[in-house]
Amino acid sequence: MSRHQLDCRRLLCPMPVIRVQNKVAELQPGDELEVVCTDPGVMQDIPAWCRINGHLLLDQQVRDDEYILHLRVQGDPH
Amino acid sequence: MQRKAVALISGGLDSLLAVRVMQDQGIYVEGINFFTGFCVEGHTHAIRKKDQKKPKRNNALWCAEQLGIKLHIIDIVEEYKDIVFNPKYGYGANLNPCLDCKIFMVKKAKEWMETHDFDFIITGEVVGQRPKSQRKDTMPVVQKDSGIEDRLLRPLCAKNLPQTLPERESWVNREKLYDFSGRSRKPQMALAKQFGFEDYAQPAGGCCFLTDAQYSVKLQDLWKARGDKQYEMDDIMLLKVGRHIRPAPEYKLIISREEGEGKFLQGYRKQYPSLKTTSHPGPLCLIDGDFAEEQIEQAARIVARYSQGKNADAVELEYRDTEGNTRQVKVAPLPPHELKKEWVV
Ligand code: SF4
Repeated sequence: MSRHQLDCRRLLCPMPVIRVQNKVAELQPGDELEVVCTDPGVMQDIPAWCRINGHLLLDQQVRDDEYILHLRVQGDPH
Repeated sequence: MQRKAVALISGGLDSLLAVRVMQDQGIYVEGINFFTGFCVEGHTHAIRKKDQKKPKRNNALWCAEQLGIKLHIIDIVEEYKDIVFNPKYGYGANLNPCLDCKIFMVKKAKEWMETHDFDFIITGEVVGQRPKSQRKDTMPVVQKDSGIEDRLLRPLCAKNLPQTLPERESWVNREKLYDFSGRSRKPQMALAKQFGFEDYAQPAGGCCFLTDAQYSVKLQDLWKARGDKQYEMDDIMLLKVGRHIRPAPEYKLIISREEGEGKFLQGYRKQYPSLKTTSHPGPLCLIDGDFAEEQIEQAARIVARYSQGKNADAVELEYRDTEGNTRQVKVAPLPPHELKKEWVV
């Protein structure tokens, strides 16, 4: 298991989702990814993306106008 | 053997229904959503504060979730520029190159289909739905130019069109497909009801900003000012925000209209010089283009006109260059009659 980070600050949806999707495609099941964004839309879009693709959203929070989401890659990532 | 189809998902009702119709026939479906940079989804909601009260969602993701399918969002921003610059079949009412766009998307979907070993493509197109891209005579053009030929099935209007491979091979039953045509949305709404879909997106116009008249004018203005058809992602984002005023051919002002936009524009202050009123509450303005030192005052007078000090004798502003160096500018706000109509983009 490895931990990864992704900086999606200043990107507007759906760009953060695309970045997450492409990053997760490189990761292994069990790996964790933390994404930092500034578009509040990610609070809906990334969880929805996780549900659709069967990945586990561990946590989502707002800190100083930044939206931080934490997910775990599950099963076949593709 | 279960056949597999890849669906073009725009986030609207039609593609939602098209997939559902296929699922009813036992086809396995995954979705593709192309991000061109001009998509109506997302951006403006994020920018304008007033929109943030509405629940915000990405409709393509929402559709995929309703349907229980995987969705692949594909960034085609760079490749798409060619389509916007030189559409072989020209533009629609505004700068929307719909037919070329459709061909391009189907071609990309075909590549995806082949790489992932899928059998055919489906779209939610309906004959006669849109004047440029969804006509009976343009549909074969999409099939031919994209190279997909008869592996493209449009479940909502298939009965009005020649048989496709999935129908001929009995992967799907043509009898259970539909014969929708024309601009009426009633048949789609009835079918949505039948499937139990509620709260789906019904975008007016098209699926992207290029169908928007005002947006197209701004994009054309940008091309004219730069002397060639070019744009970067930041350009097309900024065209969605604020009022755009071009007091001289060489430069343009992008002035926020409310707090949300001001906040959004702030993020660009390292790329564009900016002006912000300091003596009175007022907007943030980015200056795009090459301007002379003396033009800053003119720009400041225009910005002051949109601040709460518009009737004051003088308004102070902070001018900031892209390095972060600042200085104060004191000006008389521009009287309304001096703001020329032709400046407003
Ligand atoms: S409206 Fe925009 S995205 Fe939709 S087909 Fe036309 S050009 Fe393409």
